[in-house]
Amino acid sequence: MATSSERAVETLEAGGKLGLQQAQRPSRSLWQIAWRRFIRNRLAVASAIFLVLMYVTAIFAPLVAPHDPDDVDIMNLHARPSADHLLGTDESGRDVLSRLIFGSRASMTVGLVAVMISVTIGSLIGGLAGYLGGFVDTLLMRLTDGMLSIPYFFLVLIVVAVFGPSFRNLIMVIGVSSWMAVARIVRSEVLRYKRFDFVLAAESIGASSPRVLFRHILPHTVPVVIVAATLGVASAILLESALSYLGLGIRPPTASWGNMLSNSQAYLWENPILPLYPGAMIFLTVLAYNFLGDALRDSLDPQARD
Amino acid sequence: MTRYILRRLLQSIVLLFIVSVVTFVLIHSAPGGPSLLANPELTREEIESMTENLGLDDPLPVQYVRWLSNVLSGDLGTSYSTSGSVSSLLLDRVPNTLLLTGVALLISIAIAIPLGVLSAVRRNSITDRAVTAFSFMGISVPVFWLGIMLIILFSVRWDLLPAGGMYSLDRDGFSLTDRLSHMVLPMLVLVTANLASLVRYTRSGMITVLSEDYIRTARAKGLANNRVIFGHALRNALIPVVTVIGISLPNAVSGAAITETVFAWPGMGRLAVNAANTRDYPVVLGATLAVAVVVIISSLLTDLIYAYIDPRIRLE
Repeated sequence: MATSSERAVETLEAGGKLGLQQAQRPSRSLWQIAWRRFIRNRLAVASAIFLVLMYVTAIFAPLVAPHDPDDVDIMNLHARPSADHLLGTDESGRDVLSRLIFGSRASMTVGLVAVMISVTIGSLIGGLAGYLGGFVDTLLMRLTDGMLSIPYFFLVLIVVAVFGPSFRNLIMVIGVSSWMAVARIVRSEVLRYKRFDFVLAAESIGASSPRVLFRHILPHTVPVVIVAATLGVASAILLESALSYLGLGIRPPTASWGNMLSNSQAYLWENPILPLYPGAMIFLTVLAYNFLGDALRDSLDPQARD
Repeated sequence: MTRYILRRLLQSIVLLFIVSVVTFVLIHSAPGGPSLLANPELTREEIESMTENLGLDDPLPVQYVRWLSNVLSGDLGTSYSTSGSVSSLLLDRVPNTLLLTGVALLISIAIAIPLGVLSAVRRNSITDRAVTAFSFMGISVPVFWLGIMLIILFSVRWDLLPAGGMYSLDRDGFSLTDRLSHMVLPMLVLVTANLASLVRYTRSGMITVLSEDYIRTARAKGLANNRVIFGHALRNALIPVVTVIGISLPNAVSGAAITETVFAWPGMGRLAVNAANTRDYPVVLGATLAVAVVVIISSLLTDLIYAYIDPRIRLE
């Protein structure tokens, strides 16, 4: 009952599995091997360091930021960069650097929490579908296909329009609309592992179905889920900033990279440098997450290398 | 084949039904009702008569059936903010969106397939690395920011191209050069956004095919490299690419909606975003449904093309 789109994805995924299996010394665990591979990838290490710095800045924003991000200074609108205002000021004379630092909090939090939600939903749905099989599998995978074929952005628009733009709604709507990739990956991993002897062993000593699924099978899916989650944070941050840009996410006066961009668009002729900063921050953060996810795939999932 | 078509058709109809129920229920569970009724100038009686006229106090299933039978006869209701009919609003906008999204998708495919093939054939070459780096940037760049930066360069700094809209306001009648000049920037943004994922899929599809036995056979019997790549590999690699185009449609449509808003392009995406901001529910609902119909029909078509090219699908 596989639709052709499922097939295409499976073909593409299977494509990478043909590489030579490297012989490994048995004394090293998966995580040790992964770590060794990971630290050899300089781009990934640089991305990881960048992201850690971003989180530290976001957490300690009040200590790091040179000014109050909401401090209006009408004598100093659209100021050029100076020693006092390193990146200048915006249309209300607020310090751009401080707003960037405080704005990072929204993107970083929404990205992480939304992905926690989508990973939980995706693992549950994918795990149940793969382990139980049969009718449940068909039903859950049809649901996944259905969600994938809906232009999710419009659904998100509806939800935000109905329940109003708020921090909590933003996290919920992004989390609930982006679990499908995880569900598919977890399902295919569960299908693979449930044929192994250790599952048979667990079942034969009388372990209950939930115990077999949650204690014996799902832990094996952790590496691929980590990869999917890392890439998921990247797209969650993109979606959050897009919604904030459209006025449907984090609303002014609270700073977020998205709404800083839409504010700055009204002053393109007066201050054309203003939109550069928030967009560059989104771009760099998302790029770092994508590099990190790709490197993690190489190191955690050696079979998926191309 | 007939059975396969029927089954896919049925699935699409079920999917559309689910989309319509979900969107309808979501919109009607709004706390506080439509913002139209929140207008403080309205008296109690006016609110009550409006509620009754719009049928807002009937049970949800009743409202849904009434709405669905109207939709099937082409009536999507009335916009709360302009009092115009939603279907005529949408009909005005659909061609603009199709123009922008369709042309951008065609250009992206025309660039992505050769690039993906080149990158797969010359793996780890400088070209491959450049293509990979570009596609990483393409999937990471926020489309609205890219749009704004292009406006700053081409409109603010160099004054070469218009910053937004679909035609110049001071011009009477249609002019092709005027229309094209308005399309260049949004098109650049959309092509960049679509290209990245299409190139990646073509590349990995091609790499899979290149390691198949029949490619080795083709090489072993002494075929020229070009014939192996274009005659044997590309044809098979294109099969998954056809479906990837189907899969990436929801994404392309979402990117188009944001791009339309950045460039004030009068399409469905911008209409839906504005309606979401003013809580004009019938318009949001209509736009979502219209987009869902377009996307579901397109993915049905790509699946049918896929089944036509590859008999393994329909015989399963």
